[in-house]
Amino acid sequence: MPYSAEHYEQLRERSEREDIVMFINTCFAATGQNEYYNDRYTDSVSIDFLHQYVLANYRTVYARVLSVGINHFSQALIIRNLLQSGAPTDHASRIEEGRLIEVSLRQLPANRVFKLFARLRTDSINNRRTRAVVREYLRHQQSKSFFFVKYRNKLRTAVRHAHADVSGETARFLFSLKESKQFQDPLYDAFLRAHFSKQAVFELPFTVAEGLAARHGIRRDEFLRKIGPMMTRTEKLRLQNAANRTNKVAMEFDLSAAPLTGLALYILSLPLEQRKQRAEEYHAALFAAANRVAQRSSLKAEKTAAVMDRSRSTWGTRERRRRPLAIAVAMHYLLSSVSAEFRSFWSPAHGDKPSEYSPHEYAFLVDAGGQTDLATPLLNAIAWRPNEIVIVSDGYENSPTGAVNQIVCAYRERLQTKHPISFIHTNPVFDAEHFSPKRLGDAVLTIGLRDAEDLSASMRFAKFAAGEATQAELETFLSHSAETYIGLASNRESPVASSETDQNEA
Amino acid sequence: MKLENLSLEGLSFSAPQVLGGVRLVPLVRDTFREDLRLSRRAYGEDVALVSVNPKITYMGYVPHGLVANWTNDGSAVFGTQFETAKTHRDGKSFNGWITARGLLRMARREHRNQLRFLPLHVAMEGFLASHFGGPSIAWTEYSKQVKRSGLSPRVEAVLPGRAIVGLEDALRLFEIHHNQVGLLLFVADSLASVFVVPHPEDYKALHHTLISDFYGDLIWHHGLFATENEVHPTPIDSSNIATLKDLRREIDQLRLRWADLSTSMAPSLFERKLNQHRVYRFKPFSLKRFITDLDPNEENFIGEMILSDDGALQYLKTYRLSAAQTRRAYLLKMLAATDWNLDACATLLACRKSELVMRLEKAGFGYLLHQHVLDSARSKERKF
Repeated sequence: MPYSAEHYEQLRERSEREDIVMFINTCFAATGQNEYYNDRYTDSVSIDFLHQYVLANYRTVYARVLSVGINHFSQALIIRNLLQSGAPTDHASRIEEGRLIEVSLRQLPANRVFKLFARLRTDSINNRRTRAVVREYLRHQQSKSFFFVKYRNKLRTAVRHAHADVSGETARFLFSLKESKQFQDPLYDAFLRAHFSKQAVFELPFTVAEGLAARHGIRRDEFLRKIGPMMTRTEKLRLQNAANRTNKVAMEFDLSAAPLTGLALYILSLPLEQRKQRAEEYHAALFAAANRVAQRSSLKAEKTAAVMDRSRSTWGTRERRRRPLAIAVAMHYLLSSVSAEFRSFWSPAHGDKPSEYSPHEYAFLVDAGGQTDLATPLLNAIAWRPNEIVIVSDGYENSPTGAVNQIVCAYRERLQTKHPISFIHTNPVFDAEHFSPKRLGDAVLTIGLRDAEDLSASMRFAKFAAGEATQAELETFLSHSAETYIGLASNRESPVASSETDQNEA
Repeated sequence: MKLENLSLEGLSFSAPQVLGGVRLVPLVRDTFREDLRLSRRAYGEDVALVSVNPKITYMGYVPHGLVANWTNDGSAVFGTQFETAKTHRDGKSFNGWITARGLLRMARREHRNQLRFLPLHVAMEGFLASHFGGPSIAWTEYSKQVKRSGLSPRVEAVLPGRAIVGLEDALRLFEIHHNQVGLLLFVADSLASVFVVPHPEDYKALHHTLISDFYGDLIWHHGLFATENEVHPTPIDSSNIATLKDLRREIDQLRLRWADLSTSMAPSLFERKLNQHRVYRFKPFSLKRFITDLDPNEENFIGEMILSDDGALQYLKTYRLSAAQTRRAYLLKMLAATDWNLDACATLLACRKSELVMRLEKAGFGYLLHQHVLDSARSKERKF
């Protein structure tokens, strides 16, 4: 039977829309790390293929995705691919792309940026645009000696690769340190002196001082005590456990200022005993972090239930320890602060852990283990009669497989009229085989999510993932998003640099 | 020997987890006894020489043994009891360049309430030792060597679980259930092994031993060709759902259908009569080995189990025989049933005597017969 041209047009539109949706979903979740069910290599092959495919077929969309709030890994990969493929011939899109790259680079953390620069070098990407991008990035960091001291080696590589022009003292600091006797800049000077003086070590950024301290034979506990003021917030969070364990040094750390997912990860890394002892403090910190995220975002919900996966696979891998579980915990706090009424329902676990948590209960006392039985908590959640149900799971449902899909289908078909509920599945794990986060079935909408903080960005995009909007609408959304992204950045007086540097200088 | 079905009473099937070509079906027990615990004792050497009795030595791939600890009054076994059992000195290790260990007997009592046995080897030893003595009547066709020393040496080849493609990943990624005490292991959707232990904590500790257990070459082939299959039972019927209660009921029904599906995929083990033989008695438990009826047209298993006196299954481990292994055991069984008389056996199997001789030779039992018997059978067969 011959089909009309219109029919083919519809098919084409649908397939293109699904390509783009799949790609954006991946950009929210994928990190190129070892996952519980897939290794890094399988992941990277799958991710690279998807990126190349979208770059070749939908170049404009590919660049604009930088603006929708995707994760850092994906941003860096997109920038790399854009730089590798050269600038587009069309003037307008060349300008737009350039701006998108510039703004994204400035918002990325410095370690990501330097990883990207190093990769540009190993991949021999050194076209005119690449050099200009690197130069432009460095020009913005020119005044920041902290930044130059902390990333000196990486900067040397990047400057050499991009033939960037650094002048005066900075050039001397980067390339002829040994010939220099002293610097005007106090940090540069401290770096020079720290090679000979123990005292100067403590004026340096933590990661730089660490190596020099070892050279001077400074004892670890003394080092940690004195370097405290120079550490960034993330560094302090990272070193909490190690410092307590090995040196009995209690590091002063303000839990209330930590980011939500990072805090959840940290708390889940602690032994259960300690989590119980300091439960109130942790609960307050998580609550405060969630509130800050909620204020920034436009999320609002009425009566919400969350179905959380705490099966063995949420344990994560060595590279992503407990991340899926931490995101579930972070989501618990975030959703409880944006919803009028909230309750989370957890999959069954070993032992006699409770399976329901209300907002004022300590959800961070959960542990990963056992099968992925989402049917039981989902039925309990439905019985609570919420307006919205959010499922947080890696999508590998196995007890039994496909039950969520069947429940949602049956509910929509038979019970929806009495009490409507909308279902959404957020997945923190990228699945290489499907080129996107694994779905729980056709009935439930799946969106990727790497940090709980990105929820509002992911949710904005949910309409398109659900297939409710057309491709034209999706492209309008992307172009608006790109415009605001570029516009916002140019309106700001001072450019945003790496968060670590900012925090330290603040 | 008595014929009985394998009873999995008290154990329930949970939904399977399919990882690549491997399907893992958890067995869950809600009430378990605390007075029998199993733990693993690792051996540094892969190969062991086990002195079964003063005349027979069994040599095989023995990466670990299992230790059973129990109490007589039904109270719980203390953790300290089986923690020390793991490191108990066992057998003779020769260190240096000798990479085999000498062990005494398949099942050996070490203390009043401690028994060490070699998993799967208890069953395999029984399998190899069946009719090991050779002909009971000195028929002229049999060679002098057989009359002197029986079937010795009797050999079967097996492979460790690591050799099976996809098994290691599947076992690593498997999510152990709450109160899980056992596992049905399917490779390419045919039953490779069943493993049951008395206590959920034991299962958690012993789950990984499945990778170092041995499997037949058949399972290895299955592993090579297996693909991930999606088999689902009938989905829930939304037409008779009016309330949330109905939805819950339908999901419970769905779970039952999953269990039925798993049972129906392993008919060979649950519907067949087993030849059981008691190996060791430790009150109130007994260690038994069993073998299916060796019908060459069916899947056949050997295995071992620990039953408590009330008939409940406490421990189970099975090994799937390949077709060639089944054939060998079947021929020996038929020969023994006819007092090793080749004519009578040929009549029983409804074939010519020369055909039977050729079958024996092909199965690897040529060494039982005189050369001239083989030669004449071959020339006779050529005429047909």
